[in-house]
Amino acid sequence: MGEQTIKADRVIDARGAYCPGPLMELIRAVREAKVGDVLEVLSSDSGSKRDIPAWAQKAGHEVVGVFPEEGYDRIVVRKAR
Amino acid sequence: MAKDRVVIVGGGTGGTLAANLLARRGVAVTLVDSTGWHTYQPMYLYLPFASRVPRTAGPLYSRRVKSLVDRRVELVVGEVTGIDHRAGRVQLDSGATLPYDWLVLATGTAYYPDDVPGYRQAAHHFYTQEAALRLREALASFRGGDVVVGVTTIPYKCPPAPLEFTLLLDAHLRRVGLREKTRIHFLSPLPRAFTIEQVSEMVTPILEKRGIQVHTFFNTESVDPEARVVRSLEGDEVPYDLLVLIPPHGGVQAVRASGLGDSSGWIPTDRHTLKVRGHERLYALGDATDLPVSKSGVAAHFQAEAVAENVLAEMAGRAPTHAYTGRVLCFAETGLGRATIISFDYQHPPRPPLPNRVLHWAKLAFNVLYWYTVPQGRVPLRGVAELHEQAGPVREEARVGNR
Repeated sequence: MGEQTIKADRVIDARGAYCPGPLMELIRAVREAKVGDVLEVLSSDSGSKRDIPAWAQKAGHEVVGVFPEEGYDRIVVRKAR
Repeated sequence: MAKDRVVIVGGGTGGTLAANLLARRGVAVTLVDSTGWHTYQPMYLYLPFASRVPRTAGPLYSRRVKSLVDRRVELVVGEVTGIDHRAGRVQLDSGATLPYDWLVLATGTAYYPDDVPGYRQAAHHFYTQEAALRLREALASFRGGDVVVGVTTIPYKCPPAPLEFTLLLDAHLRRVGLREKTRIHFLSPLPRAFTIEQVSEMVTPILEKRGIQVHTFFNTESVDPEARVVRSLEGDEVPYDLLVLIPPHGGVQAVRASGLGDSSGWIPTDRHTLKVRGHERLYALGDATDLPVSKSGVAAHFQAEAVAENVLAEMAGRAPTHAYTGRVLCFAETGLGRATIISFDYQHPPRPPLPNRVLHWAKLAFNVLYWYTVPQGRVPLRGVAELHEQAGPVREEARVGNR
């Protein structure tokens, strides 16, 4: 698959972040990023793999993928607008 | 051989505590604060609803930094305008420079209202004394309509504050007989009312019961003062008669100018040691950092303890092994005399208890006790698990038992 070729422009390590939480950390990063940038969020919060794609879709960004790792999820989003 | 001097910039919760902890261990410390006043900011939440404003000599809810620091701390009142870490000195607005061997940045946040178009003309907030008093006046002459509460940039200090304000506003409007004539709108950038799912699930039925309309996925982009609407990144808009938006936050100017901050002026900081990334003899704590923890006094408090230990270790030629655990412990008002407590660290998610009156009274007591405990480092540390047990029944247990 194309996973190996996707290189993140920014990695947000939000593991152990509960408040404001991984989604808010991503929102901050998306606002600071350029259109086309690929952002990767690392989250140990089990809700992120549901929350982040839901937000990305509503905000008009592309969900590149959700990749489970050891003890956390890696969620990759591309800023589309 | 001369003793190494530590300069700490910022006399807020974290800076004052770090100064005290280091001075007590015999370190030469200079604490620089821009005004010489230390303010307990959580009280601003209540100010827009206050029936009377206390008359004080200085700013409200404040004490002089001098009264909170150990006699051995050298206190300088002045604004830091420049930080030259390579040369090991900070510049003050008076033109004076302060050399240092170690620097701790506890500079907090600044507000940038012009970062959101229309904000300056149209929006109220309660994040400064002046703004909270202006909002209090606006509320006093409010006669009904749409009140909209939301946030602008992320992160901002005290994540629960917009929700707390909304619930206190609802209670206030009921008290003054205006609730029937008012529609309250709560804007959340998230898929739900609050970032922590358990808190959101606890609070959403309360919001519904009180007739507060929650707009989810609303990321404030701009305000149109002519049309009196607030617009989101997602393309939605909500009309307002009274608008309350948490102001755009960023790092302070001196940090931005120094090149030490990221694009928003937050200082890239190691989440455990609190060393500033890529530098030696440089630490940061509190709201000024880029850490993914709540910008809150309590985080600054626990971080200050780690910073003090690590500076001492490094001064003695040892590694900075004292880790900030990600510990945060916040009361959150839910209105009508009740509050919950949000307690977690990097390893333990929060388990907030059902809102109860005991925690509301504990918060009120803390508002007073703060002055005698936190800045001086007199708070006995408790494990997260211990605190969870003592705070009250959590949602799951309440569901299983009788209602």
